[in-house]
Amino acid sequence: MISIKGLRKVFTSENKELTAVDDLTLDIKEGEIFGVIGYSGAGKSTFIRLLNRLEEPSSGNVVIDKQEITALKANELRTARQDIGMIFQHFNLLWSRTVEDNIAFPLEIAGVPKAERVNRVQELIRLVGLSGREKAYPSQLSGGQKQRVGIARALANNPKVLLCDEATSALDPETTNAILDLLVDINQNLGLTIILITHEMHVIRKICHRVAVMEQGKIVEQGDVLEVFTHPKEKVTKKFVAQVMGSDEHDQSEELYYLIENFKKGKLIRLHFLGETTNQTLISQLAKNFPVDINILQGKITQTQAGGYGTLVIQFSGDSSEIEKAIQFIQKETSVEVEVIKDAK
Amino acid sequence: MLSNIKFDDIWTATYETLYMTIIALIGTAILGVLLGLLLYLTSKDGIWESKTANAVVASIVNVFRAIPFIILILLLFPFTDFIIGTVRGPTAALPALIIGSAPFYGRLAEIAFREVDKGVVEAAHSMGAKTRTIIFKVLLPESMPALISGLTVTAIALIGFTAMAGVIGAGGLGDFAYFYGFQRRQFDVVLLCTILILVIVFIIQFIGDLTSNKIDKR
Repeated sequence: MISIKGLRKVFTSENKELTAVDDLTLDIKEGEIFGVIGYSGAGKSTFIRLLNRLEEPSSGNVVIDKQEITALKANELRTARQDIGMIFQHFNLLWSRTVEDNIAFPLEIAGVPKAERVNRVQELIRLVGLSGREKAYPSQLSGGQKQRVGIARALANNPKVLLCDEATSALDPETTNAILDLLVDINQNLGLTIILITHEMHVIRKICHRVAVMEQGKIVEQGDVLEVFTHPKEKVTKKFVAQVMGSDEHDQSEELYYLIENFKKGKLIRLHFLGETTNQTLISQLAKNFPVDINILQGKITQTQAGGYGTLVIQFSGDSSEIEKAIQFIQKETSVEVEVIKDAK
Repeated sequence: MLSNIKFDDIWTATYETLYMTIIALIGTAILGVLLGLLLYLTSKDGIWESKTANAVVASIVNVFRAIPFIILILLLFPFTDFIIGTVRGPTAALPALIIGSAPFYGRLAEIAFREVDKGVVEAAHSMGAKTRTIIFKVLLPESMPALISGLTVTAIALIGFTAMAGVIGAGGLGDFAYFYGFQRRQFDVVLLCTILILVIVFIIQFIGDLTSNKIDKR
């Protein structure tokens, strides 16, 4: 769907050269939500602007839906941009226009006739859940509502790709989640390919299928979100993962040590959830099917687009052969990995 | 008090002042917005970024802004004579009034455009907007309150200019105050002209503030 090769952007100012994006190569599949994460100054904002040439690349090429964006002339680029929606951190709405007129703006640009425009705007307002606020001005809306207008506006011309430039960074956590849910809906219902950049791992975890980690203009690590979560290789990636899991490893092992020390009977087991989607009610299934007692001691499970991810420390007590059967059930029927920490016989 | 005043003449003079101010203001608004747009679009990171074009427009603006108005009228005598056919009367004052105030308003308009959120312009670009669309549907509407309040300031400066133009034969309240008031030692006439000019200024300021506030939805 989107193929980026050797993309590079060098800013020159007063004899100083700054390479914001450095020889970046990336492939994004149709219909996926692709996240790019990095700290500020990593070049991710420049990167996303290079995709629709709001920044002109210094070299390299970008192909979106078989069209080589980097080879287009100015007027061809304008037409191509109508197929690439974009939303922004600060929403960038026209304060002088009402909600409906803001959403109609890209349709005016594309030369859609008035009657059709009115219908399409109504459709979009319903889609993003802003019914009743058509005549409001942006200044009368909350941040979340403003971003909904931004999303409706970006979708107006039925684009194939949606670029999200820190779309939730100016929102509070609750509103962030609502906007992210809306993006997932759009991705599933309209089959839209979404590329988003962010500095919040939470955003990646919640909605992305694949992720690339950017540092100093380069992609240092990329892969399926779950894979990157479970096996982060680079230091910067590990820091981002810790952001979500809060898993300061040191902390956890200390707590675990305390558990092991005071552990008197049964089996102490750590369950590793690596994207389990089919058996989401694992604990209650165990309790129903096996005559064992289960005590949940510690854990942190987080939901990603590929299912639950995290660890759970539990204590099994009861008949040891039944415990064995329960463990076998987990190993055979689910993708959850079992690690026996301590076995007190 | 007021014994020297011929009200018919005063009304004619008031009418002339209003005529000069309003027509010159329309001309100033159009020319000033054009100059402001040129300054904004040719500046650094502008859509038509060009150091040369920007320098040329900026120096024209600065030169005309620097010339004292009374000297500008004299300098423009041949030009006025050529396009209007005379150098006397309110219409003849218009070229000098417009050329004198448009550069000033041009700078105010430039500032107004600069204050338009760059992100909004960027968003319009990301939607595939042409430069014309960006000018008419983004820059102008988004800067309208500032353009209006700039125009109010300019209008009031223009009234001052019309009084000066009056002294060298354009008519209006300035002319009236000088010839019928000052030179004939009829100070009640001077006083009345002053009051009338103040009333016009207050009305313009009031209308300007009201419009600017009303259209500002920020």
